[in-house]
Amino acid sequence: MPWIPTTADEQSEMLAALGAASIDDLFNTIPPELRLTEWNLPPGISEISVRARLDALAAKNCPGNVCFMGGGVYDHFIPAAVDALSSRSEFYTAYTPYQPEAAQGTLQSIYEYQSAIARLTSMEVANASLYDGGTAVFEAATMSSRLTKRFKVLCHPTLNPVYKRMLRTHTANLSFEILDVPAEGFEPQLDGAACLIVQNPSFHGDIADFSRAAEACHAAGALLVVSFYPVSLGLLKTPGEMGADIAIAEGQSLGMSPGFGGPYLGIMATRRKLIRKMPGRIVAQTQDKQGRRGFVLTLQAREQHIRRERAMSNICSNEALCALRALLYLCLLGKDGLRDVAEQCHAKAEYLKGLLRATPGIEVVNAGPTFNEFVVRLPGPADHAVADLLERGFLAGVPLAALGAGEPNDLLVAVTEKRTRAEIDAFATAIAARNCGHWGN
Amino acid sequence: MELIFEKTRAGRRAVTLDALDVPDAPLPAQLLRREAAPLPEVSELDVVRHFTHLSQRNFGVDSHFYPLGSCTMKYNPKMAEAVAANAGFRDLHPHLSSSPAGYACCQGAFEVIYETERLLAEISGMRAVSLQPIAGAHGELTGVLLIAAYHRGKGNRKDTIIIPDSAHGTNPASAAIAGFKVVQVPSSPDGTIHLDSFRNVLNDSVAGVMLTCPNTHGLFEPEVRQIADLAHQADALLYYDGANLNAIIGQCRPADLGFDVMHFNLHKTFATPHGMGGPGSGPVGVGDKLAPYLPGPRVVKVDSANCSAGVPPANCGAGVPPANSGAGVSPANCGAGVPPANCGAGVSPANCGAGVSPAFYKLATPEKSIGRIAPFFGNFMIALRAYAYILALGGDGLREVSRHAVLNANYLLARLKAAYKPAFPSGSMHECVLTLSDFAAELDVHALDVAKALLDRGFHAPTIYFPLTVKESMMIEPTETESKQSLDAFAAAMLEIAELARQNPQALHEAPQHLPVGRLDEVKAARELNCAYI
Amino acid sequence: MNPQHLKYTQNHEWIRDDGALFVVGITEYAAEQLGDITYIELPEVGLDVAQDDDVAAVESVKAASEVYAPVGGRVVEINERLLDQPEIVNKSPYEDGWFFKLEGVERAEFDSLMSAAEYEIYLKEQ
Repeated sequence: MPWIPTTADEQSEMLAALGAASIDDLFNTIPPELRLTEWNLPPGISEISVRARLDALAAKNCPGNVCFMGGGVYDHFIPAAVDALSSRSEFYTAYTPYQPEAAQGTLQSIYEYQSAIARLTSMEVANASLYDGGTAVFEAATMSSRLTKRFKVLCHPTLNPVYKRMLRTHTANLSFEILDVPAEGFEPQLDGAACLIVQNPSFHGDIADFSRAAEACHAAGALLVVSFYPVSLGLLKTPGEMGADIAIAEGQSLGMSPGFGGPYLGIMATRRKLIRKMPGRIVAQTQDKQGRRGFVLTLQAREQHIRRERAMSNICSNEALCALRALLYLCLLGKDGLRDVAEQCHAKAEYLKGLLRATPGIEVVNAGPTFNEFVVRLPGPADHAVADLLERGFLAGVPLAALGAGEPNDLLVAVTEKRTRAEIDAFATAIAARNCGHWGN
Repeated sequence: MELIFEKTRAGRRAVTLDALDVPDAPLPAQLLRREAAPLPEVSELDVVRHFTHLSQRNFGVDSHFYPLGSCTMKYNPKMAEAVAANAGFRDLHPHLSSSPAGYACCQGAFEVIYETERLLAEISGMRAVSLQPIAGAHGELTGVLLIAAYHRGKGNRKDTIIIPDSAHGTNPASAAIAGFKVVQVPSSPDGTIHLDSFRNVLNDSVAGVMLTCPNTHGLFEPEVRQIADLAHQADALLYYDGANLNAIIGQCRPADLGFDVMHFNLHKTFATPHGMGGPGSGPVGVGDKLAPYLPGPRVVKVDSANCSAGVPPANCGAGVPPANSGAGVSPANCGAGVPPANCGAGVSPANCGAGVSPAFYKLATPEKSIGRIAPFFGNFMIALRAYAYILALGGDGLREVSRHAVLNANYLLARLKAAYKPAFPSGSMHECVLTLSDFAAELDVHALDVAKALLDRGFHAPTIYFPLTVKESMMIEPTETESKQSLDAFAAAMLEIAELARQNPQALHEAPQHLPVGRLDEVKAARELNCAYI
Repeated sequence: MNPQHLKYTQNHEWIRDDGALFVVGITEYAAEQLGDITYIELPEVGLDVAQDDDVAAVESVKAASEVYAPVGGRVVEINERLLDQPEIVNKSPYEDGWFFKLEGVERAEFDSLMSAAEYEIYLKEQ
């Protein structure tokens, strides 16, 4: 049996030592009528066969397309050292650091991750991770509610529609009011609100400054929650600089592959004075009796294993290994590298935007500045364009109507630093040259 | 050890991009951050050395016996890592699944999702499974939300969930986060729940009951079927916390025990890596009552609905008169004389043709779905590893998993009984619980001290101080992947420590002595709250 | 053991009748159960509370507890020293470690609480 080392002889010795005739005896606390007699599972196969079968399935996913698809998940460059270090088994086969003396690798790396996030966002404290950017929205909403004792949550139109959907699902059985507010003129609705949740850049790629929104929130006794795009903070004004109370994000852009939806990384950072109401694990620095620096989990009394039904969240397992990848990415890119990545993302997106604007029949929808993502309105349905362009080797973008976030002809296009000028030129040419469907000859 | 930030030298960097080959594009100053993010300025070698040294300060399953009760720290097969390294999965963008236009490029991934859900359903006896929940606790929350939706659908007003006092903290936390009140049912001295205690707390306001089986005492709940029947009579649903599935996999199935809904912990039973605390994956399984409410969209299998016999792929492409194209028709699927209705976005020409009936996967959302609990399909790359594990073991192998998990735990208990007191006289399955309350009372040696002494001897300590129902508890789960030699070495260390507790308890109070740090001042940490180096 | 002149609650708060004001804290038993206290949250001055309202919180490394109002009244003073030095409660739970003071307390509510002797019996059952 794979990964079960006990031999038949050893099994006999062990049974003798515990005075049982057979392993079956050890299951005699299960009522016989509840025992499973048969199930429909195939017999086990060798590693050779498993890998062959899964290689065949992997090949069916059209690998090797050039990616212009974003929508919260991005094709960024991941330095090889990220994989090399995060695949050290001392990291990935370790567990939650409940015995801190045997887990200083884990604990110090989480402390460094928390520090990197605080520096990236200009906030003061961060947690050790949440599941993803969408559940982070839910956690920020409940955190705001705990702090203000209010149950109204305002969602700005900039917010990712998938995350909004998730928020409604998670709060369906709570007495929360989730309100969609307009981009401007939402101030009256802040009255009695726990928080306003905004996203920058927006789901459609628009860049804004929410400093005034922060002031309005605070005047009404509400919190400002800013959902950010981590790589964009190589350049853009940070949630901290805007006056946010809680900063959240999907951390996938910091060294995680798209992986068909996960695992990803929920990022949360806040101000020191709010730390006790923040969910998730938190690591703090301390020392041992000999004065040696060490790190421990702290404020555990907020968490489920102590507080149970009064906990800040039910989170137990988080995305620790992904947080390590994010830390590695931020260290390898560093202060200058992250800025370069952000600049290249923006410049390359502007270049593509220019080419597409110049194509007859194609319109760029975004009115103001964008970071690395924008919406193009095509002469025909966006999902047809996606199908066509797949056959030419491009992931063209996200058809927005499918997410209820745009018109049928709207396509959300993203450009990262990985895209070469040649790829961008080829993509623009392919879009312009489509000759089936509603337009072209 | 220094922090990586303390290794910064201005101007040092690890990664440089190629020069920008498109025009520069400055943004208005008021949208920009004042200064570049103060991230480390270090070389790649700095980073590699730093994190290599950090990793060497960790115990992991690959290097240490790790008998953490309730966590199932079994060996993580490297085969699963090899499968996950496949670019066809790793680089697959999830938004390809956001519209049917991309389904053709998701077929391999959809098949993994479909098959994993199907196999988990078979393993548990449940009717359907969703891989969306991102961790076990997230699965619990999903399960409770499903229960809430069921009752809303029936117009019931039930606001309470019953949970045993021995339950993992995530159970009451999840129930509360989902908007329910929690009522505890006490365990009896023998460590199980008795029907009378349960009857005392069951009433019309109870929406659900959360149990695990075997429970956190390691004991099978003998009256589980009767509890299920009582609950169902009161129209309360029964939730199974799958954390201890390793004990019963292949021996009995949660659905057969009467459970209506459950979660699996892929990072426990199905050997995906623990990753210092995550990522995990907590798929949820349901019976008939809750199947219509599952999160969506879900992968469904379609047979040959989009193909039509007799379409030669060679008729597509340049030169095709527009009359044979149509709304929704991709040029590759057009064909002279082919009515547009038989082509469609997502139909690959390879799937058309005389007599061809391919399995084709697409997405559909259950009629009463509670909505989305994850942005896409949950932690797909974790489910992928679990799928590989299930394929490798097969039905016969999974049965052996529980047999050896239970054998190993009972063998270890037999070796330890000489010096340590079991919390319960009999019935331990895949984990055994000791109580060190006598050590504490007589020798002032606590479970914590024994745990620290084990670290010094090269073993990760078992779980201590959980479950809360046992004083000075130590919960030991060896798993089936440990050899007899490994168990004997651990038992020997535990016996030596018991001896030392009598001879020289102070030595135990000072443990660990052989690790990079000794016991850390948690009070100082909580008072100062230095949580970031900024 | 437990000061005779105080009254006690089942949640391990004590309350002292100082004449015009009533002083509230947590008992030595509660402090011992918590271990080294790392953080205390106090109510706002001016807050009106009802009996059994949760008005304060205490945290240690291994536990967190709500502190409930033993009687109704208005919070007129809080022990701000505890915010920076929560360890005072461990050292002196009945004297320096007081949490807050109430005015406008109903005599009947105060009288219905446990005496020191009754609290001692209650503790034995814990």
